[in-house]
Amino acid sequence: MIPLSNYLIVAAILFSLSIAGIFINRKNIIILLMSIELMLLAVNLNFIAFSHYLGDSAGQVFVFFILTVAAAEAAIGLAILIVLFRKRHSINVDDVSDMKG
Amino acid sequence: MIEQISFYVFAGLLIFAASMVITMRNPVHSALFLVMAFFNAAALWLLLEAEFLAITLVLVYVGAVMVLFLFVIMMLDIDVARLRDGFARYLPIAAVVAVIMAIEMILVVGPEHFGLAQFAEPARHASDYSNTKELGNLLYTVYLYPFEIAAAILLVAIVAAIALTMRRRDGTRHQKIEEQIAVKAPDRVRVVKMASESNEAGE
Repeated sequence: MIPLSNYLIVAAILFSLSIAGIFINRKNIIILLMSIELMLLAVNLNFIAFSHYLGDSAGQVFVFFILTVAAAEAAIGLAILIVLFRKRHSINVDDVSDMKG
Repeated sequence: MIEQISFYVFAGLLIFAASMVITMRNPVHSALFLVMAFFNAAALWLLLEAEFLAITLVLVYVGAVMVLFLFVIMMLDIDVARLRDGFARYLPIAAVVAVIMAIEMILVVGPEHFGLAQFAEPARHASDYSNTKELGNLLYTVYLYPFEIAAAILLVAIVAAIALTMRRRDGTRHQKIEEQIAVKAPDRVRVVKMASESNEAGE
């Protein structure tokens, strides 16, 4: 018997780890994107855990849509990254400050 | 018993892989640990009887998204040392924020509010239960319009990714379809009026 709280705690730890990842890798856009993927994974784990314990499949449908949007986000994010690299020959966040006033 | 053991093994590996993702020096290693994290998350989803989504996670994420990540990482020539500046500087504040957030969230979602007493574990489905069938029934009836919007989002993502990364290089040879279609007979054929030549000169 695994209580629901176990799954929620795993998801909470995963989410906190990805927050830490965004802090410590704030120069590297690729790792930032990976941290966002980890956050979405944590949220999806919550959705599926609640869906199972409440006996409502709507949570799984939501995860399905989140996966769709996350895949689109990753594709567009990486496309922007490639365009950025072509222009700057770097993916350092500090090199992208043209809009800074 | 076997369920508990597999839960703790997969959850532990998931958290280990996630912490390696954010601390690895080489982005390729990070991406590979992220693959491991996705596999373990899929195993946890299998424990929660979300079989369709678990397989989707492996196929879509490991098979497509992570391969895309690896492609991009290997295509770009990244100066890792410069990107690691500030890693040690931000490590303490990151650790403080993450630990505080984790403790707060665990206090909220901990066993006293979401334990077995509040949420009893539901009975396992029968062996002929099909998770895919149930999700399909929901997706194509109740959630039909959101499903179509999801399709439109994917289309927009394809168009955006292609539009962003496509470029015309100088010197490549390609067809100009619009000029080919717009061409008229006078552009291609020149009718020359000339007097007919006589054969006598040659004989």
